[in-house]
Amino acid sequence: MTSTVTPDGRTIGDVLLEVKNITLRFGGVEAIKNISFDVREGEIRAIIGPNGAGKSSMLNVINGFYHPQEGEIFFHGRKRNAMKPSQIARQGIARTFQNIALFKGMNTLDNIMTGCFTHMKTSLLEQAIWWGRAEREEYVYREKVEHIIDFLEIQAIRKTPVGALPYGLQKRVELARALAAEPKLLLLDEPMAGMNVEEKEDMCRFILDVNAEFGTTTVLIEHDMGVVMDISDRVVVLDYGRKIGDGVPDEVRSNQEVIDAYLGVAHD
Amino acid sequence: MTATSPVKAVTDFGDLVSLPKLLARNTRAYGNQIAYREKEYGIWQEWTWAEAAKIIQELASGLMALGVQPGDHIAVVGRNRPALYWSMLAAGHIGAVPVPLYQDAVAEEMEYVLEHCGAKVVIAEDQEQVDKVVEVSERIHHLEKVVYYDPRGLRNYDGERFLSFEELRRRGRGALADTTPKMQAIVDAATFDDVCVMLYTSGTTGKPKGVVLSNRNIISASANSAIFDHLTNKESTLAYLPMAWVGDFIFSIGQAMWCGFEINCPESQATMQTDMREIGPSYFFAPPRFFESLLTSVMIRMEDASHIKRSLFHAFMKHARKVGPAMLDGKPVGGWDRFIYRLGNVLVYGPLKDALGLSRVRVGYTAGEAIGPEIFAFYRSLGINLKQLYGQTEASVFITQQPDGEVSDETVGVVSPGVELKIDERGEVFYRSDGSFVEYFNNPDSTRDTKDAEGWVATGDAGFIDEKTGHLRILDRAKDVGKLSDGSLFAPKYVENKLKFYPNILEAVVIGADRDMCTAMINIDLYALGNWAERNNIAYASYQELAGHDRVYTMIKSHVEEVNASLADDAMLSGCQIHRFLVLHKELDADDGELTRTRKVRRRIIEEKFHDLVTGLYDGSKEVNTETEVTYEDGRKGSIKACLRLEDTKTFASKGAAA
Repeated sequence: MTSTVTPDGRTIGDVLLEVKNITLRFGGVEAIKNISFDVREGEIRAIIGPNGAGKSSMLNVINGFYHPQEGEIFFHGRKRNAMKPSQIARQGIARTFQNIALFKGMNTLDNIMTGCFTHMKTSLLEQAIWWGRAEREEYVYREKVEHIIDFLEIQAIRKTPVGALPYGLQKRVELARALAAEPKLLLLDEPMAGMNVEEKEDMCRFILDVNAEFGTTTVLIEHDMGVVMDISDRVVVLDYGRKIGDGVPDEVRSNQEVIDAYLGVAHD
Repeated sequence: MTATSPVKAVTDFGDLVSLPKLLARNTRAYGNQIAYREKEYGIWQEWTWAEAAKIIQELASGLMALGVQPGDHIAVVGRNRPALYWSMLAAGHIGAVPVPLYQDAVAEEMEYVLEHCGAKVVIAEDQEQVDKVVEVSERIHHLEKVVYYDPRGLRNYDGERFLSFEELRRRGRGALADTTPKMQAIVDAATFDDVCVMLYTSGTTGKPKGVVLSNRNIISASANSAIFDHLTNKESTLAYLPMAWVGDFIFSIGQAMWCGFEINCPESQATMQTDMREIGPSYFFAPPRFFESLLTSVMIRMEDASHIKRSLFHAFMKHARKVGPAMLDGKPVGGWDRFIYRLGNVLVYGPLKDALGLSRVRVGYTAGEAIGPEIFAFYRSLGINLKQLYGQTEASVFITQQPDGEVSDETVGVVSPGVELKIDERGEVFYRSDGSFVEYFNNPDSTRDTKDAEGWVATGDAGFIDEKTGHLRILDRAKDVGKLSDGSLFAPKYVENKLKFYPNILEAVVIGADRDMCTAMINIDLYALGNWAERNNIAYASYQELAGHDRVYTMIKSHVEEVNASLADDAMLSGCQIHRFLVLHKELDADDGELTRTRKVRRRIIEEKFHDLVTGLYDGSKEVNTETEVTYEDGRKGSIKACLRLEDTKTFASKGAAA
């Protein structure tokens, strides 16, 4: 497939990630039933669906936390074998969580620095002594982290313990940590849940800017339909573990099955 | 009545008749000294005068290559960043006039100014500012180019019309061979009376006016004030006040260029306090509001401190209030008191000043509004040389200022060097100086109304010169000073300031001109009262709910009655006692047009907007239902409904005079 250019000037390339016929069972419960879709390089891909549709499970399959009983995952066109989440993180997949998973007692800066650890080459011992190679390495990553802090406009909370921050800012710190891993593919699990309108607008801006600036491919789960339809290039709709729709926001919006399952009544 | 300054003004400026000339002098004299600092990526980035001059040269060349002609206006908008200061200085090198805009202005306010000044080029800090320009640019046809400094989110804006700061510099570098001689010719030909900058007044009444200031205005005002306070190239300042405000232009460009001192730009608005602590400025300006909120936060944090710390703090602060101001003014103080003060300095004052970032302040100013006597005394007792000045955009800031050792919270000081002052029979203050503005841009009528043929400029403020000290005392805006229907004097701002000195009251609007009594609308301070509520287990869900709380009303009522009691002591102003008041359900805001961008109350607009409340205050009702339009930060509108209580207060018989 050749690359295309979106109306706002971003380039969308070849398929980066492809999930094929994935089925995930927990005992007798089928959380995901035979789902296939792809994610192209540089796009913002949304997964939507009612509660319990299998969205977070799908994200957990992509980042290797769950191992599906059936189906295959292709990343960069190569079939991916079962791996640990840490190995997958090293391949360039980073994520944020629905319930914030930061180190509450550590400050913002240290939390974001942990995002770099997958790239650091020095050993634990060298880092403990913090001399020579380890010191130089930390400087390099600190600079990268400072650019992310600037990018997400969180300079004022650099030294604040994360536990003392309001929810919206914690979400932003979590995004910063995911970015510190310099991901090829960024997975965002409900990045805007529980936010007020202004915080949502800020977060949208940041997601779009990350995508435009770093070309980071983004897969996001979100409940807020307005947000999803505004910022994503393509949308997958899940319902009870099945895929019931897939396409650009307008197609999805006019798909009768999607309307019935999720959106309820179509508004003019 | 007239007055002149005790300090001799600078008369000989040599060849230093423009900002480019000053820049060249600084590059020669202080080339390797730090001129600009900005915290970015967590580190203070530095530029020497020589480095800055090189960048400014490239920018000027780039602007010339874009087709900017001498006399064109270049709008600059964003928070205080060296790049934007350089852009303004670059304009001077090609004979163009910089027009800094308020960064928090909404698009339509920006549209008015861009339209009015006819800017061809806008230099904007980031996407937020660029988007506002884009929003209005369809209607402004003279706008040709938009230069942005922070490229985030702007990569895909069309390259013909939008270009980055780096791209402008690159083009400028490429064109240097061609542009250097032309720029040199422009700089050489520039005179003391060429336009230096155009600044828009905040507009307490009506549309903003473009105040044209010449090189003479800016450079003489900077030079004279620098002499008054013995400023040198060793000073260090923090540039954090709006760039569109005349004060920032004088402090961060005029005086900084004249003296050759360094300016430091904070990392973001939110980090200003931490950055200030790291820099420790020696010369510092802040509006009274800043000092107020700083004091409030100190007091609240002391409440949360341990018992020992708290009692140490209170004991030593008591001593500081007693002897601190006298020691600062160099008056004789007993040996034992000196010893205790020194001890206090080690244990309390020093650490506190360090935490506030004020430990190195040699000259500190506040202006714009009256400052509460207790707030003023607090900082002075710590040994911080905080003084007051009186000025306005049209004067290139300085009209009067307080000399070291002659400081008081009631006056605004003696006449600044090079300024003549007179007070007419109606009590209005007039001045004439080298700093007085050239004209209002494209507005000869307003210019004539403000500045007469002999060069006297009307301030619009009513005041008088204190016989004993020779210091000026300002009462109120001349047009706001009125009469109650019984003929007694009505000076609303004077009363409002008395109210605002209570930490629980953020803003007050007193009404009463041509009416039979005075009433007030009050804004609570959410920070102070929110903390109080938490301490007293008072639950509230919103600003509106807290503002309408019974105990809040009781507290505000007691404040109002105390003010009434103190007004009763003043024979002239006892008629201004407040008979009824209400607590507003929303904070007065510049976005809603209720305050100016410099946070001054726009009286007439408030009275129109809340006319139902005003009616209620005078018809004796106990409650008023109201609905108010509010504007969100992004310019969208909404409305809030509320039922407000109106409260009667106790007034006192005048003790001042038998009448």
